[in-house]
Amino acid sequence: MPELSRRSALGAAAALAAAAGTQALAAPPADAAAHAHEAPGRSPAPAAPAAPATPASFDEVYKGRRIQGRPAGGHHQHHGGGYAVFIDGVELHVMRNADGSWISVVSHYDPVPSPRAAARAAVDELQGARLLPFPAN
Amino acid sequence: MTVRKNQATLTADEKRRFVAAVLELKRSGRYDEFVTTHNAFIVGDTDNGERTGHRSPSFLPWHRRFLLEFERALQSMDASVALPYWDWSADRTTRSSLWAPNFMGGTGRSLDGRVMDGPFAASTGNWPVTVRVDGRTYLRRALGVAVRELPTRAEVESVLAMATYDMAPWNSGSDGFRNHLEGWRGVNLHNRVHVWVGGQMATGVSPNDPVFWLHHAYIDKLWTEWQRRHPDAGYLPAAGTPHVVDLNETMKPWNDTTPAALLDHTPHYTFDTDSD
Repeated sequence: MPELSRRSALGAAAALAAAAGTQALAAPPADAAAHAHEAPGRSPAPAAPAAPATPASFDEVYKGRRIQGRPAGGHHQHHGGGYAVFIDGVELHVMRNADGSWISVVSHYDPVPSPRAAARAAVDELQGARLLPFPAN
Repeated sequence: MTVRKNQATLTADEKRRFVAAVLELKRSGRYDEFVTTHNAFIVGDTDNGERTGHRSPSFLPWHRRFLLEFERALQSMDASVALPYWDWSADRTTRSSLWAPNFMGGTGRSLDGRVMDGPFAASTGNWPVTVRVDGRTYLRRALGVAVRELPTRAEVESVLAMATYDMAPWNSGSDGFRNHLEGWRGVNLHNRVHVWVGGQMATGVSPNDPVFWLHHAYIDKLWTEWQRRHPDAGYLPAAGTPHVVDLNETMKPWNDTTPAALLDHTPHYTFDTDSD
């Protein structure tokens, strides 16, 4: 089921490859805007809630591993509200919380401010181990 | 009748029987089905979509039923076994008997987080981590590393004092008892304990660590304590809430039980403190 989205995401990731680098380590300002946008206590909108702005793409080498993130369209697999994160080319399941914070499947109880921070937290947690593609695990 | 006891009060024989039943369930393959179910819900439950096991009002009845299923599976191995609970507000250090080699085993080594002692250490050959999100097949922990302190009794009390069960938008942004107990808001009880343990307990496949059950048995007990303090408050929402399990709606994956049917724990088990 996730194959289509993963293929397209990897294609886009390949296009980003030339831009890989270790600079630009600051969290993107889009996260702060997203955080302020969706205040707790709102009523849930059944169809299309006024979602926080999707964070910008990123691509860097962190602790020797390539981490990438990009908007991923509306596929059901991407519960982060249409955002996909990869570690060395393997997709990391991420999710956006109502307050704009993020978690991933390897750090699921500890929100961080941005998908890039979730990717870095995952690299820290993995201690060099390879990620398994979801939902194969 | 099943009596759930504080883990700190278990006899050596009760610990031995609990561990043996867990290992037997693991050998049979049934243990890993619980890990798979939990991970499926944790990646599927979303704040703006369908949500059942987590970040929603049914967090508490869902885990109550999940633990009941696990406890019944243990009892099919040894009818004397009940789930113990871990009051992490009292037994809050790595020196607790909880982490001794005759029960859960201790923290992981610094090199790779690997648990090196106890019945669930990889070296025993009895505890392969098969339902996983990364390549590592050994149980890991990093007690007190990612967050230094477990919740205090005063913090628990502050959450038990909250008079409303749950509130719109019925997710991780909610005010009220459920979300403060779950930990997405406020002093952070349940979530913080997962982070404090570290290793697989901090991930979507957290039931890979048997301490998962002792943690959730105490979360479940705190729900009971809250009910006693607020006898006129009840599960919310009552009806008609999109994506959310209302009081009389059935819950996946069982589809045969509702939050209403799980509000009273006493048909299924009692706590060692119930007569207090």
